Amino acid sequence: MRRARVVAAIGHAVPWAIAVVYFFAVPSDLDFGTQVMIWILFAMSLDLALGYAGILTLGQAAFFGLGAYTAGLFAIHLSPDPLLGHLAAIGVTMLVGALTGAMILHTTGVTLLMLTLAIVSVLSQYANQATDLTGGDNGLQGIRLDPIFGVFEFNIFGKTAYFYALVVLFGWFVLARRIVHSPFGRSLDGIRQNPHRMRAIGTPVWWRLLAIYTISAAMAGSAGALSAHATRFVGLSVLDLLTSGTVTVALILGGTRRLYGGFIGATIYLVVQDYSAKISPFFWEFVVGGLLIATVLLLEGGLLDFGPAVLRLRDRWQAGQRR
Amino acid sequence: MTSSLEVDDLVSGWGRTVVLNGVSLTATPGSTLAILGRNGAGKTTLFATLMGLTTLHGGTILMGGRAIDALPTHRRARLGLGYVSQEREIFSSLTVMENLAVAALPGGWPPERVFALFPLLAERRRTTGNRLSGGEQQMLAIARALVGGPKILLLDEPLEGLAPIVVENLFEALLAIRDNAGVTMILAEQKVDFALAFAEDALVLERGCIVFRGRTAELRADEALQHRLLAIGEL
Repeated sequence: MRRARVVAAIGHAVPWAIAVVYFFAVPSDLDFGTQVMIWILFAMSLDLALGYAGILTLGQAAFFGLGAYTAGLFAIHLSPDPLLGHLAAIGVTMLVGALTGAMILHTTGVTLLMLTLAIVSVLSQYANQATDLTGGDNGLQGIRLDPIFGVFEFNIFGKTAYFYALVVLFGWFVLARRIVHSPFGRSLDGIRQNPHRMRAIGTPVWWRLLAIYTISAAMAGSAGALSAHATRFVGLSVLDLLTSGTVTVALILGGTRRLYGGFIGATIYLVVQDYSAKISPFFWEFVVGGLLIATVLLLEGGLLDFGPAVLRLRDRWQAGQRR
Repeated sequence: MTSSLEVDDLVSGWGRTVVLNGVSLTATPGSTLAILGRNGAGKTTLFATLMGLTTLHGGTILMGGRAIDALPTHRRARLGLGYVSQEREIFSSLTVMENLAVAALPGGWPPERVFALFPLLAERRRTTGNRLSGGEQQMLAIARALVGGPKILLLDEPLEGLAPIVVENLFEALLAIRDNAGVTMILAEQKVDFALAFAEDALVLERGCIVFRGRTAELRADEALQHRLLAIGEL
């Protein structure tokens, strides 16, 4: 029992240790590490809505993009303070998450999926047309940021952005863990499995879904704000349907309902993309596609299930040997 | 805590299909009522209608004098309508404790009290729902209703499909709830002997209509009536 707890504690420390080691080991490519953490946060936000609560959505890019544009526009027009801009992005995405959630969460299945697609398409078209505000196809440029706490400056080496992303990711992770292990989080598990039964034991299902959808939106918006701050640029692609698709692939690749699924999935996705694109620009999609097919066919719980799956195979093989 | 239930001229079903046709019943606070009838008579539809899970075409439902027929399901549950469905519907990925935690409402039974009633569940408190036996799942389904603090408990064939020894255990527990908790209990059951031994009043449904309403003693004493209403021995 105690040993299991020590192993678990080490397991929890591993991703954060890797993040710190990466900072010192690969100082030349901190931007890549920052991108990975942003996508981990983005995937984690989807895990709350899709993985835990079973809200079928392909509209997560709406909140990522909205967060990015809010943070960018805030820096340009209101204040260059990155933390204020980040909070503004979280506030706006929470508000939009709550409003759109209230409109669509009484539906389920394909209807819900289509509505989430519609929301991201509307926002994307708006951003495309409102060139005065967003820069349209050229993207939002000229974002300047004050140093964080007046001390840590954003520069081309990306040290500040890296630690900024790491701290934000850690904060959201701690919150997400508390949420999913709380009775509220457990009730989301119940709602995913059987909403009728949850109603019959007195759970206001719609309100619970709205609450987690809003939190998930805020988390995705926070990831978008990190992206805008780290690159000092927001392109139309943040609101692309493909962005929703990519984060879904990353989450499913890593495994849903573990919170850590996004850690593995987003990392593998970006690393594979980076390396295979160096070999051939057309090759990486083939590799990611193949990996996804293999994962969903062979590993029920995503890549996080790889270890346990190997152990199961070994046990079966040993049982065969004994016979 | 307990409450009365008055149902008047209920017409309900699934979509446009009408299953219940003018069902009326009254349960006084703390009373016990058995709902009998063959498969397809409308017992489950009656419970589902009380919970607001069907299409209501007409009629009223009063709980403690208050109309609840327009309330959403979760509000009825919060007012004290506890429902143990036939399928049990345990959350398979949640442990026994978590299944109870998500259903706990203010004023409901504390976990220790349901564990005193079902000691077997106490031993399995960290086991997930998908690893419980049928009997354990049924106990958990009842326990999950109790932590919500029901004033009226609807039990849909809780003894169905269980081994005889488990049936006896469960029946003991149901008797303990009946005698000590002061909850109004409405039991739908195919096992007529158990149902008649359990409840003071009985109601027999046939094709969505009530064909008998009276004291269980009446039914127990009149075997010919039992035969006629419930077709016992016709197989």
